This record gives sequence, structure tokens and C-alpha cells, in this order.
Amino acid sequence: MSTPASFLTDEMREQAIGTESQPVTIVVEKGAIVNFAQAIGDANPIFNDEILARKSQSGTLIAPPTFLRSIRAVQPEIPFEMPFERLLDAGSDWDYFEPVRVGDQITAVGRIIDISERSGRIGLMIFIKTLITYSNQFNEVAANQTNTLIRY
Amino acid sequence: MTVQVYWEDVAEGMKLPSLVKNVTTRQLVQYAGASGDFYEIHYDKDFAQETGLSGVIVHGALKSAFLGQMMTDWAEPLGALKRLSCQYRGMDYPNQPITAKGTVTRKYQEGEQYLVDCTIWLENPEGESTTPGTATVMLPSRIANAK
Repeated sequence: MSTPASFLTDEMREQAIGTESQPVTIVVEKGAIVNFAQAIGDANPIFNDEILARKSQSGTLIAPPTFLRSIRAVQPEIPFEMPFERLLDAGSDWDYFEPVRVGDQITAVGRIIDISERSGRIGLMIFIKTLITYSNQFNEVAANQTNTLIRY
Repeated sequence: MTVQVYWEDVAEGMKLPSLVKNVTTRQLVQYAGASGDFYEIHYDKDFAQETGLSGVIVHGALKSAFLGQMMTDWAEPLGALKRLSCQYRGMDYPNQPITAKGTVTRKYQEGEQYLVDCTIWLENPEGESTTPGTATVMLPSRIANAK
């Protein structure tokens, strides 16, 4: 695969930064929480057992911290052609404000807050930083995730 | 469940209880299903190798879930995770142990909240940190409870 020495221009950066995804809304189902907890191998009763969770601080089953990743399609579309097929997840910063409870209606919106490029061992890499805001049915922000994706 | 840790029990420099995970390819498929992340590098060896990897790799988000679990195991049920941050610097592979570790870096009060900052990371079997990060938890306080 041949990669150009440089790809991003200032105009492209300006175009991309601030681009938002369509909002995605889901209702948090009990089965989805339990499936997720089992998939990550987390047996904590607050994520798995409705009866025990009733006695906990939140009084109900809540979602594990990274459960919100299961809400897909929150990556805003880059407003120009990206000749990079490959993808790596570089990391996430999460801020938690409200627990995500069974039955919550969560709306997720992603917004590109930075885009940059760097050359590395795997060639030219485009770093796309997206802030994803997860709000609940009470219009409270439950969590923010800043995710960095690498396209290369 | 373990015994609840209180803010007063914590000291800067203290180690967090570590968490060992042995991810199987089956778990990678299970996580793909639960998270909706079906990128083939996590379950299709041929595909992964075509992209230059030595084999399938563990989802970054699954690795952050392990760090999240280490923090919630420690802080819940009376405490809560406030912040979780990590970078996927090195690849992690299935069928070998991945260990989540952490150290308390700062203990402080902010308004009514009793908070603790930690340095956290995942270690591969060679003892290298593949996934460095930081976390903040709110813990219950014996002093505040007694008031």
C-alpha cells in the first residue's frame, strides 16, 4: 500500500472539525446490560442481578462503564474522501455523570473535535478525535466519551 | 463481593487489587456481538494477518472494559467511577493473561465528594504496559457518614 507523505490540509481540518453524527437513541434493555457484562467477563451483581442490584446505591440494574460503546453509528461522517481502509482504536477518555439504568433512553451524538496526521511505522496515520455525548431521558448528560480513531 | 473500601482506608501510593483476564477467541466473538463492533481483525485470523498483524487482537474497548471493571470492583457498590481514560499503545492477543493494575496517585475532596485518582494500566505476559491510563473514583467516607 502506498501512502502519501501528507494528506490533510488546513481546509480539510476546518471542514471536519465540528461535524456531528446523526443522534442515535436506544432504550437500555436488561438483556443488553447482562449480555454486555457477560461478554466483558464482569460478574458484579450491580450489572448482572436485578434482585441484588435493588439493594445497591442505584436501586436498579446499571450498565458497566463502557456499555455505552454498544450504541453504534456515533462516528460523524468525514466530509471528504478518505483513502484509508484500515482502522485502529487509539483510546478513550470517559467522564461519568449519571449512572445508566435499565429502561433509560439514551441519545448519543458524536462531534469531531480534532483531526490530525502523523507518520509512523505503519505509514501515514490520520487521528480523528470525536466527543460522544450520551444524554438520558431527563436531558442529563450521563457520560462523555472522547474517542481517538486512527485511519491508515 | 469484596469488602467496601472507604476513602479513609486509601493512601497515596497504594496498589489497587489487580484483575487477571484470559481472553479467548470465543470471548472476542461474544464481545463483538455485545458491543456491535464486528471489525474482522478481532476474529478473522486471515484478515488480521493481511492487515499486518500477527493474529487477531483484543478490542481496545474490551481492554478499557477490563480497566473499568478493576475500578468498579474496587469502588462499588457505595462508590462510583467518575473518569476512565486509557490509550491502546500496544496490541493484546487472546489466549494469554492480561493483567489490570493500578496505583493511587491522589486523594482529595471536591465539594461533597471524596475522590481518588489512580494510574492504571494493562500488562501483557512479558510485564509490558500495553494500555496506560488514569481513573478517578468517588468513594464513600466514614467521616461524612458519621456527620
